[in-house]
Amino acid sequence: MRRWLLLMAMAALPALATADEAALDATQESRYRALTQELRCLVCQNQNIADSNAPLAADLRNQVQAQIVAGRTDAEITRYLTDRYGDFVLYRPPFKAVTLLLWLGPALLVLLALALAWTFSRRSQRVPPAATVDPEQLKKLLDEQP
Amino acid sequence: MIPELGHFALILALGVALVQVLVPAYGLWRRSGRALAVATSAAQTQALLVFTAFGCLTWCFITQDFSVAYVTANSHSELPLVYRFTAVWGAHEGSLLLWVTILAGWTLAVSVFNRRLPADITATALAVLGVVSIGFLLFMLLTSNPFERLFPVPEDGRDLNPLLQDPGMVIHPPMLYMGYVGFSVAFAFAIAALVSGRLDSAWARWTRPWTITAWLFMTLGITLGSWWAYHVLGWGGWWFWDPVENASFMPWLVGTALIHSLAVTEKRGLLKSWTVLLAILAFGLSLLGTFLVRSGVIVSVHAFASDPARGVFILGFLGTVLGAAFLLYAWRAPKLVSEGELRLFSREGLLLINNLFLVVASASVLLGTLYPLVVDALQIGKISVGPPYFNAVFIPLFAPLLMLVGLAIAVPWKRARIGDAVRHLRVPLVATAVAAVTLPLVFQGSASLPVIAGGFLGFWAALTALQEPWRRIRAKTSWRAGLASVPRGTWGMTLAHLGLGVWTLGVVFVSSFSIEKDVRLSPQGSVELRGYEFQFQGVESRPGPNYDSDYGTVLVEREGRTVATLHPEKRLYHATHQMMTQAAVDHTPLRDLYVALGEPLDNGDWALRLYYKPMMRLVWLGGVLMVFGGILAASDRRYRPVRATETAVATQGVVA
Repeated sequence: MRRWLLLMAMAALPALATADEAALDATQESRYRALTQELRCLVCQNQNIADSNAPLAADLRNQVQAQIVAGRTDAEITRYLTDRYGDFVLYRPPFKAVTLLLWLGPALLVLLALALAWTFSRRSQRVPPAATVDPEQLKKLLDEQP
Repeated sequence: MIPELGHFALILALGVALVQVLVPAYGLWRRSGRALAVATSAAQTQALLVFTAFGCLTWCFITQDFSVAYVTANSHSELPLVYRFTAVWGAHEGSLLLWVTILAGWTLAVSVFNRRLPADITATALAVLGVVSIGFLLFMLLTSNPFERLFPVPEDGRDLNPLLQDPGMVIHPPMLYMGYVGFSVAFAFAIAALVSGRLDSAWARWTRPWTITAWLFMTLGITLGSWWAYHVLGWGGWWFWDPVENASFMPWLVGTALIHSLAVTEKRGLLKSWTVLLAILAFGLSLLGTFLVRSGVIVSVHAFASDPARGVFILGFLGTVLGAAFLLYAWRAPKLVSEGELRLFSREGLLLINNLFLVVASASVLLGTLYPLVVDALQIGKISVGPPYFNAVFIPLFAPLLMLVGLAIAVPWKRARIGDAVRHLRVPLVATAVAAVTLPLVFQGSASLPVIAGGFLGFWAALTALQEPWRRIRAKTSWRAGLASVPRGTWGMTLAHLGLGVWTLGVVFVSSFSIEKDVRLSPQGSVELRGYEFQFQGVESRPGPNYDSDYGTVLVEREGRTVATLHPEKRLYHATHQMMTQAAVDHTPLRDLYVALGEPLDNGDWALRLYYKPMMRLVWLGGVLMVFGGILAASDRRYRPVRATETAVATQGVVA
């Protein structure tokens, strides 16, 4: 439902998605693109602020641009935004206690999977294939038991 | 009258589904062949009833019966006829009906094409499919009845979600659901194998074509969905790592693993319990996907219609079905002994490692999709997991996977020698390296390390894929005899891996060399983008069938010659007052030129978004090649009926 509201808001919206990019030089512009693509539009359904037409996204884009022009680093801009909006604004979750499992999980899974494959392969090579058991020999062996 | 007929058909279908489960279960218990045989006729009756219900709902849409609440919510008197058909699955209730209808279709297919199967396996599989059907029918009848009436009858409907009024949406959902639901067949066969305790290469041979068919539909569905998002969402992206996309990608990855693991089980009689586990997981992830999309736990583009009560039902159903399946697995799987040894450096060993990478990739997507939900539920924070995370995790998993694809094709079953592998792979390796450096230099004039590395992976998968048919053809005296000697299954594998390589190349080029420009243009104004001159001719108003359009015209020229005339649109739909963008794309195999209309500004100026996207088509072409590979592989002669001896053996096992 929120999306419909958003779309209606977009329809009524006179402002536009394009920031005035002329003010940025080439390196600044690539930083601007990279940053706006990794920041979440907080009122939209899963959209970054580069793609969103919502007023808040336009506002955040202008913020990012102004801060780039003012000479702040990416880290400073990100910190400024997380101070105001929390980690939710970042599409790249920060590496901290809460996200430990998120970031390390895949690597742990790979190690676990490779270890499993290795032990599985080792074990399959140790067990003699069942078909090679000769029933007569087995019988003889059993008969020899006291 | 017609809606009641549909409703009644659903209730009857539920009753028949119960028969389809209980009678064969009794038959297994008492070893009664007659009770087992009931499964087939019950499945066919159920299919007929469900198809009737689906037909009734379609009829309500075509005749615009606004006394049906679901029709009112998703149709409008101005809605064009083709979208009245697709509106049937335009929202929650109808999507479920589509799910059940496709399930009934798959079940019907199993009940018809089962001649080579022992009767107890068929009956068990049909009963399992019946259980799934019961769950979804109950879900529909208890929480989401599509035939509910409305009184007083409204004069007009509220219209179909405009996002869905697009040709891509006509076939995307049915294809995707064919895939989701198709994995239920592999699941049913896996449960039947656990129940009977018999899992041999014959079982793998029955299961393979079903799994490949489900997989190819899923591939097609995902490709279409990506294509649709590219054209309709207006952001120029083709994959957003949106939870709903992930919901379809996870079972696809595990399904891909399952296809390869089935090959090992058929050829070598190994990895039996692993194959069964994958079949359970693939279907489990399909159910989970349904849960994620339909319950509203995730906010996303696709989750129209969400309701917590429904979520609880699906979660309960998911828990019951999977819980039972895993219990059965834990109890019976140890009986499925794989004979023979498995060396890691052999085709089966490398396929196992490939499998593990695919499953870990799927698990990582699951982790990223569910992590924010869990963190939120535990109230220890609120985080977003988006494309930067998924790309960071996925690329390191996918790169070794692509290298292994080429290696696994080059080595023989059982035991491989490093020297032989090196000798086989010398030529492709050199060709790959040369191509990976040359291609970006020729087409883009530059080549950075990531591009060369990515291109290397793509070419590697594509070129090594050609080895197997090449080797078979060279073994014959004439190339014509050689071509004829290559079995369809091999062609299928070759095409699918070629598709994987082509897809990779497309992804690498699009993500490395795309150029994007947001501009403000006045009519007759123009802007240059990588040698292309985009001339904005202005925007005119045009009426559509159920919308008014701002119809833009952009002339694209290169070196004075007109390359294309593009018409990006913004449509305002009458009934919903929603605005939709329709991007306009001119494409050649080498590049897409993409124009989307932004907002109108003062003085008749418009904001426009322009893209130059090199090799975008390869992304779709890769998907299409995989689909064709799947079609060839599934129709291989080995899977077709019937060798007399095998039938005889199969029928002997009837009441075993």
